[in-house]
Formats: sequence, structure tokens, C-alpha cells
Amino acid sequence: MLLPEGASTIAPEVDRLFWIILWITGFFFFLVQGCLLLFVLKYHSRGGQKAAYVHGNAMVEVVWTVVPAVILLLLTVASQKVWAQIRSPRPITPGMIQVEVLAEQFAWNVRYPGPDGQFDTSDDITTINQLHLPVGRPALVRIRSKDVIHSFFVPQFRIKQDAVPGLPTQVWLEPTKAGEYELRCAELCGLGHYRMRGYVTTEPEEQFQKWLTETKANE
Amino acid sequence: MSEHKRLGFVRKYIFSTDHKIIGIQFLFSSLIFMAFGGLLAMLMRWQLGWPGAALPWMEKVAPAGMPGGVMVPEYYNMLFTMHGSVMIFFGVIPILAGAFGNYLIPLKVGAPDMAFPRLNMLSYWLFPIAAATVLAGFFVEGGAAASGWTAYPPLSGLKETMGPGQTLWAAGVVVLGFSSILGAVNYVATVINHRAPGMSFHRLPISIWALFTTAVLTLLATPVLAAAMILLLLDRSLGTSFFLPAGMIVDGNLLPHAGGQAILWQHLFWFYSHPAVYIMILPAMGFVSDILPTFSRKPIFGYHAIAYSAVAIGAVGFLVWAHHMFQSGMNPTLGTTFMISTMVVAVPTGVKVFSWLGTLWRGSIRLTTPMLHALGFISMFIIGGLTGIFLASTPVDMYFHDTYFVVGHIHYVLFGGSLFGAFAGITFWFPKMFGRRMNEPWGKIHFWLTFLFFNCVMFPMFSLGLGGMPRRIYDYTQYPGLVHFAGLNRMMSMAAFCLMASQLLFAFNFLYSLFRGKKAGENPWEATTLEWETPSPPPHGNFAKTPVVLRGPYEFSVPGRERDWQLQTEED
Ligand code: HEM
Ligand SMILES: [Cu+2]
Ligand SMILES: [Cu+2]
Repeated sequence: MLLPEGASTIAPEVDRLFWIILWITGFFFFLVQGCLLLFVLKYHSRGGQKAAYVHGNAMVEVVWTVVPAVILLLLTVASQKVWAQIRSPRPITPGMIQVEVLAEQFAWNVRYPGPDGQFDTSDDITTINQLHLPVGRPALVRIRSKDVIHSFFVPQFRIKQDAVPGLPTQVWLEPTKAGEYELRCAELCGLGHYRMRGYVTTEPEEQFQKWLTETKANE
Repeated sequence: MSEHKRLGFVRKYIFSTDHKIIGIQFLFSSLIFMAFGGLLAMLMRWQLGWPGAALPWMEKVAPAGMPGGVMVPEYYNMLFTMHGSVMIFFGVIPILAGAFGNYLIPLKVGAPDMAFPRLNMLSYWLFPIAAATVLAGFFVEGGAAASGWTAYPPLSGLKETMGPGQTLWAAGVVVLGFSSILGAVNYVATVINHRAPGMSFHRLPISIWALFTTAVLTLLATPVLAAAMILLLLDRSLGTSFFLPAGMIVDGNLLPHAGGQAILWQHLFWFYSHPAVYIMILPAMGFVSDILPTFSRKPIFGYHAIAYSAVAIGAVGFLVWAHHMFQSGMNPTLGTTFMISTMVVAVPTGVKVFSWLGTLWRGSIRLTTPMLHALGFISMFIIGGLTGIFLASTPVDMYFHDTYFVVGHIHYVLFGGSLFGAFAGITFWFPKMFGRRMNEPWGKIHFWLTFLFFNCVMFPMFSLGLGGMPRRIYDYTQYPGLVHFAGLNRMMSMAAFCLMASQLLFAFNFLYSLFRGKKAGENPWEATTLEWETPSPPPHGNFAKTPVVLRGPYEFSVPGRERDWQLQTEED
């Protein structure tokens, strides 16, 4: 029923915003639906009463314009804080792991730079539909597409980023929990869109390194 | 008058220049298209409820799409593409702007007809041509367009990925754009130039403010859509690269395109389509604003706030388009800008809702069928609007974008909002249009069934979105993480079938009442605006003599008067 358990450093931030918005909109939901029901029951004409001759009230009209405006302003500020944290470019630090995800109809090509830390060299490590990431280490995921638009969506990371041909994009993330997750294509990309599924494995550093070595050996 | 009587059947009912006939033509056509769009949705719900289950008789209808009665993925993609396109372009926009815009504007401003009656006729006749072009896709090689109603290139822009059905789709939408623009020119000219004496802007019914704003939006936004469609057609047919970047590899072949930008399309498309969502909701808000005072027997609460909020929504609505593109790869700072403008547009939306509540407050409420639909509109629109706030918050949208949460949002605003608004409008103005009344008990049953089943289908979509179920997927059971939604999806499908079946009651009531309904008289609802001062249906030319307007549109329960309504032309 509710959001799947988060598994990245930004997940709690996004979830908190979600809950704040849910509480606020929930309040207005019950307020308005409640008034609607109450007024319909209370002022139903079966009592034969005459309606009031009122055209408005400047005071209440100002209140119900300004109060929502202020709430929305606060929400915008809160959202912007998280947005900046998620999306603003970060310097590439030595501890950061880099990985490239190249989408195509209907698969995810994953590539690691290998021991030299450089892409497009002979020690690159490639897999299909298997993205492994170590827990507790920041990752820079470079997202590209070979053909049409796809979208990189890992619900537990709370991350979604379109993969656009001709427009490389990137996301930063840091897994916080070991586990196996689904990578779901979220942008319609053709007849196989529904089965464009990848798997994300987050694991401790040693296991991750072991996996990298094995994958390289099997290539 | 006698000159009008001499018109033959064809000039009178088919190639008519009378705004009322044209409005009714739009009404019938769009109802038929919506029924068709609904049937497409039933097929989708079949596949989602019982993935891969056979529907043997469908093989005869769609041999390529459902061989042996089992749906193929391509066909599913065609279904949601055509469902969305038909509902939006040939259902909701034409019923609100085309049917009610045409029918109501001259009557409510006190004019004998539209400013340009022949242009108006052309506007109608372009509409079935556009629809036929789009739907012809089902009969060409490769089938209908299948890239969604949003048609993002490169998927939609390449011959390799989309067949000729996509070309027909884009061409049809251009033709529809012409139809909309011709209609809008007429509405703007009529409201500005043909108001009856005394009908100042501040005495216009809110529905006219809404239809007027809608027409201005249409005029300003539609050319951009047409431009985008034409560029897409060029990319598809002449090998240009407006939306197509270099280096694309499809089926192992490197394509020769270079220099285009895929997300340019999204900017152009949403520059039209966001205003278009207001084109699809403002008129419905207008109808509700006419209906609530009538059945609360009370002046509308905050006339100026409601009128100007329509204008504000229209204006700010031009500055929010890229909230559909937060995760598209566009610069995240631009995301911030559009988050701010989107939050701003929610404010006048809230003002409208509160003002409607204010109208009900201390009224004397009559729960007629149109009133039930109007109340249903408010109740459902709130859910649509509030869920919009989640989507406006960029980080939260990152999770919900392109999931079923968005599908829930759009159905609460477009079905819960626009369509309940249309039902309210039809049941309210039916007596004026046809001189007969619809059956009230059937109308009420239809309302309650629709309300119930609608919520059973659409509310669970928010749950699916929370669970991370992407939209536009043919078989969600491909994801082990989504299989647990099987039961819910099945329940939604059953509710959807019931929802569709409930519409038969409406169709029956509509057709029966057309011929057998009780005679309506001039003013069956005891309402105040000008259309209720002429016979039902009004004659060609509308008013026997030009009305002279003396007061605002919602003078109900004026103290010291015997009747609780006062017509806009009535002497004190
Ligand atoms: C308070 C008012 C509203 C807000 C804040 C709002 C916000 C949004 C946002 C941010 C999105 C993009 C979601 C995404 O794709 O990630 C969206 C989608 C959409 N909205 Fe709204 N919205 C509001 C009202 C409306 C209304 C009144 C309508 C139409 C009558 C509407 C129709 C749509 C449609 C059709 C889409 C989805 C288009 C698609 O991707 O197919 N919205 N809304
Ligand atoms: Cu994809
Ligand atoms: Cu929008």
C-alpha cells in the first residue's frame, strides 16, 4: 500500500517530503469534503428555509487565498532544499564509484571503468541488466540511450532519470542497505517497454569487488 | 424569421450555421467518441486484470492485435495511445469547448448567433475529418500510433519505430488544431462584440468567463502544437532532424539523423498541452459555477474572485509546462522555476473550491441530477488538485513521475473533473437544448453508480503509484515486485466494466428523453441567466427581441421579492 522501504541516502528525505505533503493535503481533503457533506446535509432545501442573500466576504476570501499561498511557498522551499541536494552537480571524489548505464530497446547495458578508473579502456567491465553497487559509497551513474527515450527508475532509491539519446544525464546516489531491487523502465520505449527490467544489487564492498572480478573473468 | 424556416433538412441539421445546431453536432459526436474511447479502455483493463487471458471473439475485430484473442504488446500500446488521444482531442475538448461553447455563448451573452457562423460550421466539419484521420491508423500497416498521447520522439519520430499510423495521428491532430482555432476565434469575437445591451463583462455568467478564457488559451497555445506536429511530420517523412539527435542505433543500424534534440518536442508539446489541461477543466468549472447558485438558490460567493481566478489560472497556466519534464534531463534549475510556477497556479484553483463551498453555505439546496454531478465534480476535483501538489514537488515527482500515481491524478481531474462537469452541463442544459427534461431518478442512479465505480477504479491507482508501478505497461507481472498487485488490478478491472456499463443508463435516459421526456418550458430550473428567457429549444435567432440586461447573473433569494430568482433582464 505504501512506499517500498528506501535504500539510498536521499530516500528518507524524499519520504519526509511525501509525508509532509500527505498530511497537509490530507487535512485539506477532509476539510473540504467534510464541509461539502455538512453543507449539503444542513442546508438541504427540504427544511423550506430561504437561502441567505450574500455575495461574498472580502475577509474570508483574502484568508483562503493567503493561507494556501503561504503553505505552498513553504512546501516549495522545503522541496527545493531536497532537490538541490539530489540534483546539483558534485565533484568527483576518489571514493566515488562511477558506472555507466546505456539504455537500449529493451535492455540496460551497464559498464564499470575497471581498475584504471577510466571508461573506454580495455579493462572496462560490462554487464547486461545487472547493476551492482557497494553499500555506503557514493556512486555517479551516467545515463545514456542508444535509441529512444527510456527512464532509469529504481523505486527503493527514489530515483528516476530519463535516458535520452543525444543528451547524457547523470544521477548521484548512495545505497544505504544491502539488497536486491528492480530497475524499471519508466518511459514508454516501444513494444518491449513492459519487460525492460534490470536488477540492482547493493552489497558490502568486498562482495562487490569480488563480483567485479568474477564478471571481468567471465567476459 | 420566415427566411430561416425555408432551409431544407440538410442546411438545417447537417451543414448548419446555427450555433445551436453546431453545438449539438459537437455534443453527439464527442459523446460517440467518448464511448469508443471507453471501449478501448475496457480492453486495456481486460489485459491488466487478467494478463494474457484470451478473449476469443476479439480475434475477429483485431486479428493482428489479438491473435487467438490474446493481446500482443504492440496492440496494448495502440490502445492506450488511442484511448488518451480520443478522450482528450475528440472527447473532452470538443464536448466542453465545442458543444457547450457553441451552444451557450450566444445565448448567454444575448446574441442571435456567433460572430462568424460559416467559420463555425467549418470548425465543426474539420473535427470528424481529424478524428477519421487519426482513427484510420487502425487500418494501416503496423496499426495505429502507439507512442502515447504525448508521442515523445525519437519513438514517434522514426519510421523504424512507428509506422504510418503515427503519421496519420500527427496529421489528424493538426487538422483538429485548425478546428479548435476557428472555434476559439468565434468565441472571442462573440464575447467581445456581440454582448446584449447592458451585458458588461462583470455581468457575464462565470461559464462565459471560463469559455472566454479557454478560447484565448486555445488561440495562443494551439499554433505551437501545430508547429510541433509539423516538425514531427517532417522528421518522419522528409528525413529532417528536428527532434532526432546523432548516433541513434535502431535494430543494429546507425541512423543518418543528426543535430536534433529529443526534449525540444517535450517543451513544444507541453507548451500546448498544459494550457490544454486548463482548456479541459475551466469550462467544467464554469458550468459548476452556474449550477451551484441555481440549486443553492443563492448568489455565487465571490463572483469577482471566481471570475479572475479563471483568468489567473489561464495566464499562469502558460508558465508551468515543464513540470511534466522534471526528470527529462532538462536543467534542474529550470525544474525549480517550474515548481514555483506550478505551486502558484494551485492558489487560484484553491480559491475556486473555497468559493464554491461558500456558495453552498446557508443556501437552500436542491439535489437535482445536475447538482449531484456538480457536487461530484467538486469532490473529485479536490482529489485531482491535491494529488497535483505531490507532483509539483520536484523530489516527490521524481518518484511518482510516469507511475500510476500520475494516471490517478489525470483521471481525477479529467474524469472526476471534466467529465462530471460535462454530465452536469448536459443534464442542466438538456431541457433548453431539446425542449424536454431528462428523467431525474434515472439520472440520479446513473450519477451514484458512476461516482461509486469511478472511485473503485481510480483511487487504487494511487496505491499502484506508491508501489512504483510504471504507467503504460502491457504486463506488470513481468516485475516480481509488482505481482502482489494482481488482486487489486483485477478488482479495478471489474469496477471499470461496471463503470462502463453504468453509462448505458445515461445513454438510454438521453435517447429516451430526447423523444419522450416531459416538456420542459422556458425555465425549468428557475434560473436567472439569459438562455432561460427564450423558448426551449430557442428558435433560429435565439431571442424574439434583443434582451436588455439589468443585473448580474446570479440574483437568487433577493430579500423582499416573492420569487427566489430574478432574471438578468427583469425590472425591479
Ligand atoms: C492544483 C492543480 C494541479 C497541479 C499542481 C498539477 C500538477 C501536475 C504535475 C506536476 C504533473 C506532471 C506529473 C508527472 O508527469 O510527473 C501533472 C500531470 C498531469 N496533469 Fe496536473 N496538476 C494540476 C491540475 C490539473 C488539472 C486541472 C488537469 C486537467 C484537467 C491536469 C491534468 C494533468 C494531466 C493530463 C497530466 C499528465 C499528462 C501525461 O503525462 O500524460 N492537472 N499535473
Ligand atoms: Cu525502456
Ligand atoms: Cu501540466
